[in-house]
Amino acid sequence: MNSANKKAICLFFEVHQPFRLKRYRFFDLGNDHYYYDDYTNESILRKVAERCYLPANNLLLDIINKHKGKFKVSFSLTGIVIDQFRLYAPEVLESFHKLADTGAVEFLAETDAHSLASLINRSEFERQVNNHRRMVREYIGYEPESFRNTEMIYSNEIGSWVADMGFKSMLTEGAKHVLGWKSPNYLYCNTINPRLKVLLRNYMLSDDIAFRFSNRSWNEWPLTADKYAMWINNLSPKSELINIFIDYETFGEHNPKESGIFDFLYHLPAAILKNTPFKFMTPSQVAVNLQPVAAINIPIPISWADEERDLTAWQGNELQTAALEKLYELTEKVNKCDDEQIKKDWTYLQASDHLYYMCTKFFSDGIVHAYFNPYSTPYEAFMNYMNVLSDFEIRINRINKTSEKDIEMLKYDELLREKEEIIKKQAAEIESLKKKLARLQGTKNKRGSRKTKSSGSSASKKQINLNKPEI
Amino acid sequence: MFGWEFPPHISGGLGTASYGLTKAMTAMKDMEIIFVVPKAWGDEDQSAVKVIGANNVPVTFRKVYYEGFKRAINTVEIKSEILPYVSTEEFFELTKKKENAEKRLYVQTNVEGKIDFSGSYKGNLLDEIYKYSVVAAVIASELDFDIIHAHDWLTYPAGIAAMEVSGKPLVIHVHATEFDRSGGNVNPDVYAIEKRGMEAATKIITVSNYTRETVINKYFINPEKIETVYNAVEPVYETEHVQVTKGFDEKVVTFLGRITLQKGPDYFIEVANKVLKVMKNVRFVMAGSGDMLERMMRRVASLKIADRFHFTGFLYGKDVFTMLAMSDVYIMPSVSEPFGISPLEAMLANVPVIISKQSGVAEIITHAVKVDFWDIDAMADAIYGILSYSALAREFTKNGREEVIRIKWENSARHVREIYEEVLSKYKII
Repeated sequence: MNSANKKAICLFFEVHQPFRLKRYRFFDLGNDHYYYDDYTNESILRKVAERCYLPANNLLLDIINKHKGKFKVSFSLTGIVIDQFRLYAPEVLESFHKLADTGAVEFLAETDAHSLASLINRSEFERQVNNHRRMVREYIGYEPESFRNTEMIYSNEIGSWVADMGFKSMLTEGAKHVLGWKSPNYLYCNTINPRLKVLLRNYMLSDDIAFRFSNRSWNEWPLTADKYAMWINNLSPKSELINIFIDYETFGEHNPKESGIFDFLYHLPAAILKNTPFKFMTPSQVAVNLQPVAAINIPIPISWADEERDLTAWQGNELQTAALEKLYELTEKVNKCDDEQIKKDWTYLQASDHLYYMCTKFFSDGIVHAYFNPYSTPYEAFMNYMNVLSDFEIRINRINKTSEKDIEMLKYDELLREKEEIIKKQAAEIESLKKKLARLQGTKNKRGSRKTKSSGSSASKKQINLNKPEI
Repeated sequence: MFGWEFPPHISGGLGTASYGLTKAMTAMKDMEIIFVVPKAWGDEDQSAVKVIGANNVPVTFRKVYYEGFKRAINTVEIKSEILPYVSTEEFFELTKKKENAEKRLYVQTNVEGKIDFSGSYKGNLLDEIYKYSVVAAVIASELDFDIIHAHDWLTYPAGIAAMEVSGKPLVIHVHATEFDRSGGNVNPDVYAIEKRGMEAATKIITVSNYTRETVINKYFINPEKIETVYNAVEPVYETEHVQVTKGFDEKVVTFLGRITLQKGPDYFIEVANKVLKVMKNVRFVMAGSGDMLERMMRRVASLKIADRFHFTGFLYGKDVFTMLAMSDVYIMPSVSEPFGISPLEAMLANVPVIISKQSGVAEIITHAVKVDFWDIDAMADAIYGILSYSALAREFTKNGREEVIRIKWENSARHVREIYEEVLSKYKII
């Protein structure tokens, strides 16, 4: 197979909505154990479902049917958003299931909590990824083979963990500061484990759709599918792979329907297939069909967030580091707990969004941080989150304490039961011996010599009888 | 009386003190008080006091003649709902002054001919104070009264304006000085307003000897003019029983106040950090808001004590009682506190208190731990002691409550009345 001739374009959409927290006050500590703002969560999800998820899914279904296997697309739905769909919009989950059934759509694995666990704790990270795999299998009917981490966070080490978990390819940002002179438009591989293929996002082309599409002061406005296909075609002599990774909410939510974003999406596949040598592929197909040109060395984690493409959106100030530290200090305690609600809250509280709201760098990316942000200041976000976390800790401690007590009680119960059984057995024995004695006494006249022996044995049993209360 | 805030719209002790005092004063039969605030919201407790919002006084002509720096009102023409008309004599007085005016300044009015006030400490404060004094003059020219009483620097210009328009004596009440608020970094504009108010006043009331000393030493005012009237505390707890179920086992140490330099919140955090190193079963709460809140949160985060240190934001009404009811120690580490009513409220709520020696309340309280605001070790010791030895806490609680119950607004009110009588007798002689 001549892979050098193959050119691929890979479309990937992130679907995520966090469970936003309600205003949780200090006075609620230890009393109120429900943390979520149901009204806000439901209304936002319903709104986005109607403006974006449902129409966009239908549109993609149309495109897939129209191009008969030539159009491919990939998604990642976080575990949290799957839970929200189940609660508030089951029809969206069904429409994703339909997309999965076409065979033209790949679903990727990630952490179910959309968390930063990959930066803190490998075993917690793996636990979450396995949870997410299970959820995708169960609710969408798809077995993920490729991986993308929360907000495209990637480093050599994280990549190697992902490879160890059996994934073939992983997505991340084509960050300028790690690429240098290299181009994101090729397939790369992990430095530690070269079997893991790494797909780098072309942020110019991605952001053209995600951030600039409806910006009227942009000199390229209005962006049409043909123009976009032309740009891609211009890249073709030197490029093998174009990765367009964007938030799914780009369609209909960040860019309203009136901006023409859906028309753009509808005409894009045809324009690309007609005018460029690129073929649509999903990350797994890319991993099979393309050859990596080199290993990409990323020792310090990167992400797709903000101008900096680093972790400062979640770990950029003292508030965030403190919150993150306090959160993961609880890991062991949570693992000891076997409580359904605790596990659920543990997942929801780990969502990176809670830390994102505490971000204090509001320069170029302020608008992005403000999307669906329930807090007016990062300080408010911190105050609220820490109160919730404190209550969560109180609950875990209570449950762990009681479960420790329970275990102890169980031990005593068992001991008691054992002893009771012994008592019963011995009582039965005594009974039978008494009968024997009575019988013997009845035959006493006949055989006096036996009596002494049996009375002796009964005396020894009596001794045991006396011991019983002490047991 | 001119004040800046009135319950329930208060941001701190000033509103509480003005309310407690006026309420006790109106309990006296032959005393009637009109309380003017920049913005009346309509839901103030008017059972004892008539509250007028400066924002509700119409100023008909949308220009006001005003003389530059001195900030004294020359003339103002009004259409008021308080009085149906202006008498000819008054009108003559007003227009006569108008002719002498040198400078013309404009005051922005809204469509109803009223001046908008935000009634808060934000925005263009100096502008608000100036506008407030314009309206004060209007009110003073319309109403009949014997004495003008102005609470704190924000209202001194209003007091002076009223004095100049009516010719009635002015008493100013110093609840705090710029030296307390700024921690030494004094704003010269504010200082000038304060000093002018103090000089113009016939008598100055300070809330403690601590403040009296400041007025003498920093504003160079004749000590004979200044008298201390201590604040008191409203015994609301006896009627209002707050049912609180604390959802956790840890003890609670509370800081309740504006989170500003004056109140020493930074010292509280350092103390919390010290205590948390030796005992774990304690939570610290910083209740309130202020310009230092964000810095304090960052400090708590970087000390890695955020799981035991909580912020509540500003607490309103009942929440304050709930907070106190949950507390095991109340601490006021103020850098400079003219009086400090809140420790008294805490003592009434059976909470042992730790107060800084740099506070007026320390002059009248014996059953409290008194420490220097900078002495973090001493504060940490005191907290540890009260939390660890229940006998100590019980002793403070019991004696503290007995002590504080005797500190009544009636006494303060009587004292203020004596001052009024003295002022009026002098005034009549002149």
